[in-house]
Amino acid sequence: MNGIILFAVLPYIALFSLLLGSIYRYTYSGFQVSSLSSQFLESKQLYFGSRPFHWGIIFIFFGHLTAFLTPRAILAWNKVPLRLYILEITAFAFGIMLLTGLVLLIVRRFKTKRLYEVTSKMDVLVYIILLVQVITGLWIAYFFRWGSSWFAMVLTPYVRSVFAFNPDIIAVVQLPLMVRIHIVSAFIMIGIIPFTRFMHFLVYPFAYLWRPYQLVIWNYKKQRN
Amino acid sequence: MKNIRSQISMVFHLDKCIGCHTCSIACKNIWTDRKGAEYMWWNNVETKPGTGYPSKWENQDAYKGGWEKNGDSLELKGAGKLKGLKTLFHNTHMPTMDNYYEPWNYQYSKLLDSPEMDDQPTAEAVSMITGEKMTPKSGPNWDDDLSGSPIYARNDVNMKDLSPSEKETMFQLERMVMFYLPRICNHCLNPACVAACPSGAFYKRGEDGIVLVNQKQCRGWRMCITACPHKKVYYNWNTGKSEKCILCYPRLETGQVPACMHSCVGRIRYLGVMLYDADRIKEIASCEEKDLLKKQLEIYLDPNDPEVIAAAKACGIADSTIDSAQKSPVWKYVKEWGIALPLHPEFRTLPNLFYVMPLLPAMAQINDDNNYHTASSALWDDMKNPRLPLKYLASIFSAGDVNIVGKILEKLMTVRLHRRAVTVGDLNQNEVNTAMLASGLTPEQADGIYRLTSLARLEERFVIPPAHREEAIEMIEETHIHKGNTGFGFMDRPKRGL
Ligand code: HEM
Ligand code: SF4
Ligand code: SF4
Repeated sequence: MNGIILFAVLPYIALFSLLLGSIYRYTYSGFQVSSLSSQFLESKQLYFGSRPFHWGIIFIFFGHLTAFLTPRAILAWNKVPLRLYILEITAFAFGIMLLTGLVLLIVRRFKTKRLYEVTSKMDVLVYIILLVQVITGLWIAYFFRWGSSWFAMVLTPYVRSVFAFNPDIIAVVQLPLMVRIHIVSAFIMIGIIPFTRFMHFLVYPFAYLWRPYQLVIWNYKKQRN
Repeated sequence: MKNIRSQISMVFHLDKCIGCHTCSIACKNIWTDRKGAEYMWWNNVETKPGTGYPSKWENQDAYKGGWEKNGDSLELKGAGKLKGLKTLFHNTHMPTMDNYYEPWNYQYSKLLDSPEMDDQPTAEAVSMITGEKMTPKSGPNWDDDLSGSPIYARNDVNMKDLSPSEKETMFQLERMVMFYLPRICNHCLNPACVAACPSGAFYKRGEDGIVLVNQKQCRGWRMCITACPHKKVYYNWNTGKSEKCILCYPRLETGQVPACMHSCVGRIRYLGVMLYDADRIKEIASCEEKDLLKKQLEIYLDPNDPEVIAAAKACGIADSTIDSAQKSPVWKYVKEWGIALPLHPEFRTLPNLFYVMPLLPAMAQINDDNNYHTASSALWDDMKNPRLPLKYLASIFSAGDVNIVGKILEKLMTVRLHRRAVTVGDLNQNEVNTAMLASGLTPEQADGIYRLTSLARLEERFVIPPAHREEAIEMIEETHIHKGNTGFGFMDRPKRGL
């Protein structure tokens, strides 16, 4: 029963919330969507926290994405043990970097008086969920080897079944506790994106890359070149 | 065909600024008296020589503001597509609150609420961020009038090209000089803030060239803060969005003068339209540094030239705007008389706020009897031996071109000599004529400068083109529907996001 709620219902709640929530948030409170940067109040510690945290999480995110999209490529790569080690060690290193950054960010928040004023309850939730996510992730990587291989074999089919609207939870409910926590907290994280500062990476400014530098807006004429 | 646009531009006449900060207060009361904006001074007044606000903002080796020429291309110094997107997580060169100051208030309520005590109650300073007691150590005009001080004047960035002896003479008590430099956003033709914004929240208005931030589209990537070399974009630490001077556009659109200018006690401020050729922006912004100033001044077109008028009309510029451009006091100061210069043209943003340099601090020297020179020949001699090194003024206003700075001071001095000859009549006319010849002014021009500088009334100092908002509105909705909505009901509160 619990298994059904956590692995067959929760993912849909999360996706639903992400989809509708972010559309709502974007359309009806465009004013509020921001990175909510606190660099203006404290810059030095942010440097040592934010950079490793973000580079770490972006690498890990794309790692997971690759495993979901092309499990066969991962398995083929992992056939040679040396390549498997390289992949696992790199991923673990990025995980550690991410954890270090996150801890530094949390310490920074609580150490710096000025930041109290701009720390919301949702920020605390974000820190907690990220901590759970990263710690369980590293735990799994360390104790249940080799994640990159069994992930592709066990979890990818599950995630695909979720997207096919025919969730197959038999394999997931039997996974170790840490793995189940990791999965459930991932769903929660996805679900709360529109209601927290996570919103900021949904508005990543890709369009900047092909936009001309200068922007002129005419009030009552079509713009001439 | 030329791509002609109109730009609201400004002139600040520094000889007239008395450093009263009325402008700053007028602006603060209207626009930035809010949570998250306490530290912002869209208009601020600095004492020069001095370090300004934020401290040493002119030092682009540290702040990385503005553009730099890289071969033939022009790049943002501290932001841009690749540089910017790489450093979103932590903006390397962005100033923090400590570079400005931590805003504070006083616990005035303690004075009233205090129970009876042996000692008088005090109103201590508390931080407007944390609410904790604090000792203010810097403020928006902390260097006010302190131009002799070792911490402010001696750290002025514009002093870098002066020789040690030149610096020392500047700080000798009897030679000490200072002047005030009021600053607002320059609403640049090649704005670094617009170019640096990854979200496209910054834009320049086509009709009047005012540079604005769309608060709904700003995502707090804060690249603009780094990119603006004048540090005239401010980060609201509460809402997580950038804000800047809006040139009081709601006032301008209704024909009113911007608050800082309207309230200006010294009447130093002028505002008017300039027509310019938008196709030349790129070429000019990326030219050699020695040509920058000259070329920028070339971009503005003569509004009385029939060809320019025809071309401007073809580009859709309203007749009323062209009419304003012809009456523009900015055109007179900048082009007709050539006595106003932009601030730091070397930042390559093509700023639209021009300054008439202060003559008195540069020239006034005490003679042997402890009086100021009054004889004309002595005054003219002082031009060659100014109290304020021309190099210093050139570093602020002309990207180091000492000649143009000297030429302008000559013109300003000529106006004085001419007016003295006219009103007091104690000067030898030959001497005045020589000065006229040397500076290239005609008596009519000198009278014109005198008039606009000291007698001009409000509507001569501020020539505001009609905004024609009605045409814009008609394109979107029926005017009778719009009428009921104007100004109400559609604003989002500036609230911090989750
Ligand atoms: C996609 C690209 C991303 C960009 C450009 C980005 C950018 C930013 C920026 C500008 C800040 C504000 C830092 C400051 O205070 O100045 C920030 C903070 C933060 N970001 Fe991201 N981010 C990205 C992806 C992510 C992802 C994927 C996550 C997590 C799942 C994340 C989690 C956070 C958190 C938790 C903070 C708060 C840090 C703190 O203030 O302690 N970000 N991000
Ligand atoms: S001075 Fe104003 S227009 Fe120019 S770069 Fe700075 S903020 Fe932008
Ligand atoms: S109000 Fe006018 S005179 Fe007073 S400080 Fe401002 S610019 Fe100068």
